[in-house]
Amino acid sequence: MESSEQSVAEQRVGVSTNTVEAVVALLVLAMGIGVIWGSWNLGSGWTTDGPGAGYFPFYIGVILSISGVGTLFQTIFGKNKNTDVFVDGEQLKRVLSVLIPAMVYVLAVQFIGLYVASAIYIALFMVILGKFSPIKSVIAGLGVVTLFFFMFEVWFKVPLFKGSLDPLGFLGY
Amino acid sequence: MDEISSLFHGFAVISTPMNILLMFVGIILGVLIGVLPGLGGANGVAILLPLTFTMSPTSAIIMLSCIYWGALFGGAITSILFNIPGEPWSVATTFDGYPMAQDGRAGAALTAAFTSSFIGALVAVIMITFMAPLVAKFALKFGPPEFFAVYLLTFCSFVGMGKGSPFKILASMAIGFALAAVGMDTVTGQLRLTFGIPDLMRGFDFLIAVIGLFGIGEILLSMEEGLAFSGKSAKINAKVVFETWKKLPQYWVTSIRSSLIGIWMGITPGGATPASFMSYGLAKKMSKNGAKFGTGEMEGVVAPETAAHAAGTAALLPMLALGIPGSPTAAVLLGGLLIWGLQPGPLLFVEQKDFVWGLIASMYLGNVVGLIVVLTTVPLFASILRIPFSIIAPVIVVICAIGAYTVHNAMLDIWFMLLFGVIGYVFKKLDYPLAPLVLALVLGDKAEDSFRQAMLVSQGQMSIMYSNYLVGGITTLALILLFWPLISRLIALVRPPKPKEFNVEQPVD
Repeated sequence: MESSEQSVAEQRVGVSTNTVEAVVALLVLAMGIGVIWGSWNLGSGWTTDGPGAGYFPFYIGVILSISGVGTLFQTIFGKNKNTDVFVDGEQLKRVLSVLIPAMVYVLAVQFIGLYVASAIYIALFMVILGKFSPIKSVIAGLGVVTLFFFMFEVWFKVPLFKGSLDPLGFLGY
Repeated sequence: MDEISSLFHGFAVISTPMNILLMFVGIILGVLIGVLPGLGGANGVAILLPLTFTMSPTSAIIMLSCIYWGALFGGAITSILFNIPGEPWSVATTFDGYPMAQDGRAGAALTAAFTSSFIGALVAVIMITFMAPLVAKFALKFGPPEFFAVYLLTFCSFVGMGKGSPFKILASMAIGFALAAVGMDTVTGQLRLTFGIPDLMRGFDFLIAVIGLFGIGEILLSMEEGLAFSGKSAKINAKVVFETWKKLPQYWVTSIRSSLIGIWMGITPGGATPASFMSYGLAKKMSKNGAKFGTGEMEGVVAPETAAHAAGTAALLPMLALGIPGSPTAAVLLGGLLIWGLQPGPLLFVEQKDFVWGLIASMYLGNVVGLIVVLTTVPLFASILRIPFSIIAPVIVVICAIGAYTVHNAMLDIWFMLLFGVIGYVFKKLDYPLAPLVLALVLGDKAEDSFRQAMLVSQGQMSIMYSNYLVGGITTLALILLFWPLISRLIALVRPPKPKEFNVEQPVD
């Protein structure tokens, strides 16, 4: 719930570590306040039959807020500020080159199933980022998926998500 | 000698061909996990946990604990041959292991690392064999306040013994507790903190968090560094092994000291990583050849490996005897116990004798099997690291996605896994510790239950935490640890400390 905002904070190239630190501390504080608010609504006090549902989370929210404020305080007023660059452009590019395909992959899994999406994902990743020949990549993708198929469906009998495409449906899996 | 006969009973339980086969499978998968970047003990076990749903609990725990031993062994391979620690606890192994490999003594370094891992684990297992039943018997007297005090102690000791900002440790821990609270309340049946989103009703499963935080987060970190492996080749033959074994006994003092450090750090949730650093620091200080550490001294490999393996093993003692894991991996194993329908805690030793002693016996056998497997297959595993990262990275993402999906057969969990991956990446970069988050997520409901029961008994009076010497003592200890960062600062004000050579050894007090 908080990571989308975090990655926005990273995208500015050359942002210093203590800025990110402060943003994360603020998010922790916000989460703490959210938890306090949520558990207050649930009843964080003493009900007729004992502590209410929000009794324990309320204090967790308090600790969360305190630690958020504490980290924020240390970041802004601390003696040794960490002004190093959190991620430079090159690093961010490398990180996103894994993260974004991974998100597309998960989206694809939702529609065409784990097996088909995985094979395509591995093959494309190898071709585009690894500069492998398409034939090698397709073989690797299919090989890995076949191995997983046997491991999960056949040996350990754990069915995986097939989605709308079910190329091996005729086998009964 | 009840323990000895129980142990032999345990050996009888596990000595079926199927269990021995699972042991080998577990060790090999574990070493693989330890060698691959992005897969580690905790998330490796989490991903493979769904594979065991159909097995009997004893077979399942044998396979999973063997994956854990394998991962502990595997971390050393990459440290020594590639100067890349496969696991955080093998960072200290690189200090002397890699120089030895550069020197052409890779075989000796690996043999020393594996053998001392084995010895560390063996000492810790012997300790578990005799201590765990006693602790469990003692803990049978515990009521809700005592259990809550022990939970408190577990979490406070993260603050007291951790390095870095105590606020960050607290934040990470509280996030874990907050996520654990999401979903159906176990006592009143109310929906909590779901903010009207029906999918959150199930709550956050810690397995998803572990897979995301450690798996995807680690991949993102490795990617950022732009990995290029260039390794030394490893040749282990029987001659090197025996020659190294001949030299190892002269380091017996280091071995014993490192085992003890490891056991202590494993039982308290210090973990294997600080244990290995502390042990390396102490060995450097106390050894005759201390000045030569860092240039390829075998003792510098023996010390951290013994401690890391002893800590990793000892972390299972509180998990078995109290139901409170000492490390993220132990937490995942605990999650496994719950899924197989076993209630971890002191009663386990009474009600599930076969299971407990089977597990303890499998620790002995698993480590022997592990030693044999790693000594014979090192070149094979080393060659895995020569596979380009652009093949390994997508395969690991796929493995993580499968692992996340199979926990509840829910697509949303895969998205959560990615989210946790990003959180893990940012937290690692900002030095937020991840272990307290995972442990809080696992123990959140149980800690809360014991807290609420204690409060019910006392009708909301906090004084129940001091109602007798036992609970009062544990609570006091917990509070001292919680405020240790402040207390140590006060002590430093009153009496300026001598400049310490190794700040990593401080938690020993």
